[in-house]
Formats: sequence, C-alpha cells, structure tokens
Amino acid sequence: MTKFNLFAWWANSRATANASMVFVVVLFGVTILASAGNLLFPEGSLLHVSTYTITLLGKYLCFALLALSVDVIWGYCGILSLGHGAFFALGGYGMGMYLMRQIGDRGVYGNPLLPDFMVFLNWQDLPWFWLGMDNFLFAMAMALLVPGLLAFVFGWFAFRSRVTGVYLSIMTQALTFALMLAFFRNEMGFGGNNGLTDFKDLLGFDLQADSTRVCLFIITATVLAGAYFSSRYIMNSRFGRVLLSIRDGESRTRFLGYRTEYYKVWLFVYSALLAAVAGILYVPQVGIINPGEFQPLKSIEVVVWVAVGGRGTLYGAIVGALLVNYAKTRFTAIFPDGWAFMLGALFVYVTIFLPQGLVGWVSNRLQRAKAKAEVA
Amino acid sequence: MKWLDKTREVMAPDRVWPFLAPEVPPDLDVSKNVILYVEGLTVAFDGFKAINNLNLYVDDGELRCLIGANGAGKTTLMDIITGKTQCDSGTVYFGQTINLLQRSEPEIAQLGIGRKFQKPTVFEAQTVFANLELSIKASKGIWYTLHASLSAEQREKIAYVLQLIGLAEQQNMLAGALSHGQKQWLEIGMLLVADPKLLLIDEPVAGMTAQETERTAELLTSLAGDHTVIVVEHDMEFVRSIARTVTVLHQGSVLAEGTMDEVQNNPDVIEVYLGSDE
Repeated sequence: MTKFNLFAWWANSRATANASMVFVVVLFGVTILASAGNLLFPEGSLLHVSTYTITLLGKYLCFALLALSVDVIWGYCGILSLGHGAFFALGGYGMGMYLMRQIGDRGVYGNPLLPDFMVFLNWQDLPWFWLGMDNFLFAMAMALLVPGLLAFVFGWFAFRSRVTGVYLSIMTQALTFALMLAFFRNEMGFGGNNGLTDFKDLLGFDLQADSTRVCLFIITATVLAGAYFSSRYIMNSRFGRVLLSIRDGESRTRFLGYRTEYYKVWLFVYSALLAAVAGILYVPQVGIINPGEFQPLKSIEVVVWVAVGGRGTLYGAIVGALLVNYAKTRFTAIFPDGWAFMLGALFVYVTIFLPQGLVGWVSNRLQRAKAKAEVA
Repeated sequence: MKWLDKTREVMAPDRVWPFLAPEVPPDLDVSKNVILYVEGLTVAFDGFKAINNLNLYVDDGELRCLIGANGAGKTTLMDIITGKTQCDSGTVYFGQTINLLQRSEPEIAQLGIGRKFQKPTVFEAQTVFANLELSIKASKGIWYTLHASLSAEQREKIAYVLQLIGLAEQQNMLAGALSHGQKQWLEIGMLLVADPKLLLIDEPVAGMTAQETERTAELLTSLAGDHTVIVVEHDMEFVRSIARTVTVLHQGSVLAEGTMDEVQNNPDVIEVYLGSDE
C-alpha cells in the first residue's frame, strides 16, 4: 500500500519539479543573457540589449510576481481579489517615499528636507508618516508592514463574517477605489495625482545607470523565483490541500475541524506581501508611483493575466502576465485606444474557450499527443 | 479593611487572571453512560418552528436511527449539534460537561463529532488518499499543516480505513471520478479516520444499489459500540436491518421512541404515517 502512495507522491512531485526546473532555467537563462547583452556588448552590436529592454523586462517580472500573488489566492483558495493593485501600490509608495527622501537638496526647489511637492504646497514640516523613511530598512519594513496589516484587518473582518464570492470581490474593488480617491488628494501628503517621481538614487547607486538597472532586473528575477518556490512549497504541503478543500467545499472543511477563516486570512496576508514586494521592485525601475496604480482597472487586468495563463499552477500566472504585458506593449504602440477592448475580448475568449488558460491547454495537448503515441 | 483584602487577593503572586488562563475544554465525560443530551430545543425560521421543544438522549456506543417525514426537523437537529445553526432555546450537551451550543463547527469537529452530509461532499479535485489524509485526527493548525507529514501509524490507519470502505484500489484516483455509492463510502471513511466519538450520518444509502446498501448496513452496525452512531434515513427496510432503537420525529419534536416493532405499532405513528396523505 505504502509503495503505491510513495510512487504517486514521487510521480507527482517529479511532474511539478519538471515544470519548476523549466521555469527556473528559462527565467535565469533570459536574465543572464539579457544582462550580459546589456553590459558586455557595446551599443550598435548585434547582441546588444538596450537598457530600455532591460527595464521593460524588469517591469514584466514585477507584474509576474503580482500575478503570482493573485494566483495564490484565486487559483488555490477561490478568493477572487479585484483589489490586489492596492497592496502593490502601497508597497510601491513605501519604496517611493524612501527614494523621495534620497533626493535631498537635488530637487527643483533645493529643499534639503522636504520633497518638491511639499515645498510647492507651502508645507513647513515633514508630516509624521514621512519620518524615518530616509532609512532604507525602516522604509522597506513599512512598505511590507502597511499592506500586510491592511490585508490582515480586511481579511480578518471579511473572512470571519464569512463573506465570500462576488461580495468579497466587490469589497476588494471598493478598497482599492477608496485608496485611489484618498491618494489623489494633496492633503494626504503623498504627492496627490502626480504621485512620487524624479528619483535620483537607491542606496547610493544612480538609478539611471545601466549597471543599477541590470542589478534591479536580476534582483527582481531572483525574488520572483524565490516567491515561486515558497508558494510551491506551501501548495505542496498539507496546508495547500486544505486550501483546495476550502476552495471546493468550505463548509465541509469546517466540519473536518479546520478553522477556515484563519487559513484564508493567513493566505491573504501572504499574497498581499508578495504583491507589496512586486510594488517595491517596480517603482525604482519605472521611476514613478502615482494613484493610478490603485485604479480598479489595473487590479482587474491582473486577474486577466492569471486567467489567460491558467489558474492554480503558479507558472501559469507568470506566463500569462508576461504574454499579456508583451501584447499590451505591442498593441498600445499600434492602436492605443483599442487596448481595453482587446483585454475585454481576451478575457471573454479565455473564459469560454480556454477555461484552464494557455498552460492548461498546452498540457492537455501534450497529454493527448502522448496518449496517441502510446496507442500507435 | 475590605479593600485591603481585595487588593491582597488581586495582587497575590499565585493569582491566575481569568483571561490569561488557557481555555481547556473539559474532557468528554460519559460516566452516566449518555453521550448526547438534547433538552427543550426550539428553533424557528421566520416563525416556522423547525424544532419544537425537542428532547433526545443518546447512550454511549448506541446505534440510533432517526426517522420522520420531510420537514420533521432531522437535518436541522444535526445542524444544531454540529454548530451550523443557532438555536432559539434549549440545551445541547456532549457528555456531562461540554456545552455544544457555545462552540463553532471546527471546535465541535475537533471534539470528536463527525458528520456525513445528505449529498456526498468529498473533495472531488483531490485523490481519495488526500481526502482521507485531510480528515485524519491531527492538529488542524496553520503552522502544523505547513510541514505536516503522515506518521507510520497514521498511514496504517488510512490503509485500514481504505480496506474497510473498499477503496484501496482507487486510493490514487481523484475523488470526483468515483461512483455515487463510492463517494458515500469515502465520506464515511473520512469520518472514520478522524476517530470520532459520535457519528452523525445523514441518509447513507440514498442512491445505493441493494448490494451496496447491505454492505453499508454491515459497516454501520460494526461501528456501534466503539462509536456512537446516529443515522437519519428514509429507507425503512434499511432502518429495520440496522436499528436497535428508533426515534420518530414529527413536526420538530419526538413522536415515539423504541424498537422498530414498538414504533411501528405505536398508534401515534400509525396515525401520522398512515392517517395522513402519505
């Protein structure tokens, strides 16, 4: 009996290990090649990779991490969050505040203490919540703590009251919308609708330098791989199977003795932290953070990436985020106004014809081909 | 000097503040040989009394059948015992000491009350083995499940239950691929690996073939003794084959109780069952 179980476990872990292997090889292969192409080959060389491309790839990887965070809760636990952009943006604002404080007296107004927008608003003192944000470690701690705490409080109330399904989705949507309206206000002290920008350097490294950009790109790839494996570990543990049970029959899971609300809160906070990390890495690479990141549409876009890639596989979300964002970069260049329609059509198409996403479709095809080969 | 005494009492070094004392659930106490007390239970949904001043006592190790027409309150009673529904008045005690009305579903499950639903509810996207693994008696905490693995003893227990419910061959199949009767058994198996004191089983043979029904009857009778089993069933033939004591519910309260023959010859039961449209 045990032999059979062990075999199943072995076959199962080998299948996921294979996918993970492919994922890591491709991720680091591309990262190393692109980095070498940028740093080692001079401009004009055939093998040169432009800094623009490096930054773009880094941005895609941040989005992939964000998509991963949504897949963790949606694909495995059935919690459809339409407000994950909020955690992403809050993490981004944490990093943005640190970068703003690093500008010092190099700003337009040359004020050594106050960021430009505060001088412009005639503020005399630094608001209390900006204090200490010039310390990198403190700023990073805040960039994780604030979204984490928000997710905890939100999750605690929502899941304890047994809010599920579409009601929960609407609440997450309202959360990000409320934050967007708040951050648009100048009085909030986060730069109003312009947000935070004009960053100079990070830990003393010039943000415009090629080497810094390549470094940020490599860090993003490493963090993405780390997040992938930690999520993989969670989903392969019994914890992950409890999550699947909650997804498929929450009340049954409760009758087995699991406090499902604790599991959901824990997972929601974990997912929010991944999103916040994505935001932290995103801001220094694109050089700006503004309330636009809180837009409900942005959060919905993330859900589309996951749906296109395929839910509940982890790598599917990453593939989806990369493909859809590449398509977005391409199509918005050709036909800027049409993108929202394209995105909507894509979502409808995927939902109807590819319920398991691209990854599911490909693996189905592979299995069918294999079965055919075995018959023949 | 009253305040001084009070201060002394409050400041005493060995004082245990009530909110700091860990809440230890009292152990199950069946010294009076009764495992479940339901007394004066009343539940109303929008004025309709689903349960009306119901009294029920179940002995430790007994196999009890609950019968009654649709809407007699059988499933509502199970919902209250397992913590799913709040009652309006009455008491439900598990053994002498444990008040079930104050506890949530997971707590009640951990106390050792297992429930099988009317419709088989197994986790279809997971294997038969994983379904049993999730149900096994172990810590249900987050940090534990993150690194939990099965001990040899637990593996044996699962293997034993797989044999008992006849699904040893199918253990690596997805539960969704099982037949209806096999799902019913898997759900019973999920209860058994948790080693519960009290099993609440709602319509175990619905949709089963005659042969499967017979095997289920055997299984349930073999469980009684070590476990206390309460079965809700419509199939009178089945009830007759397993029951020692039968409780008839009617409009939310107990109409009759006794052996199958006593119950069938009870004038009230005949009145309700034969006198009305049924």
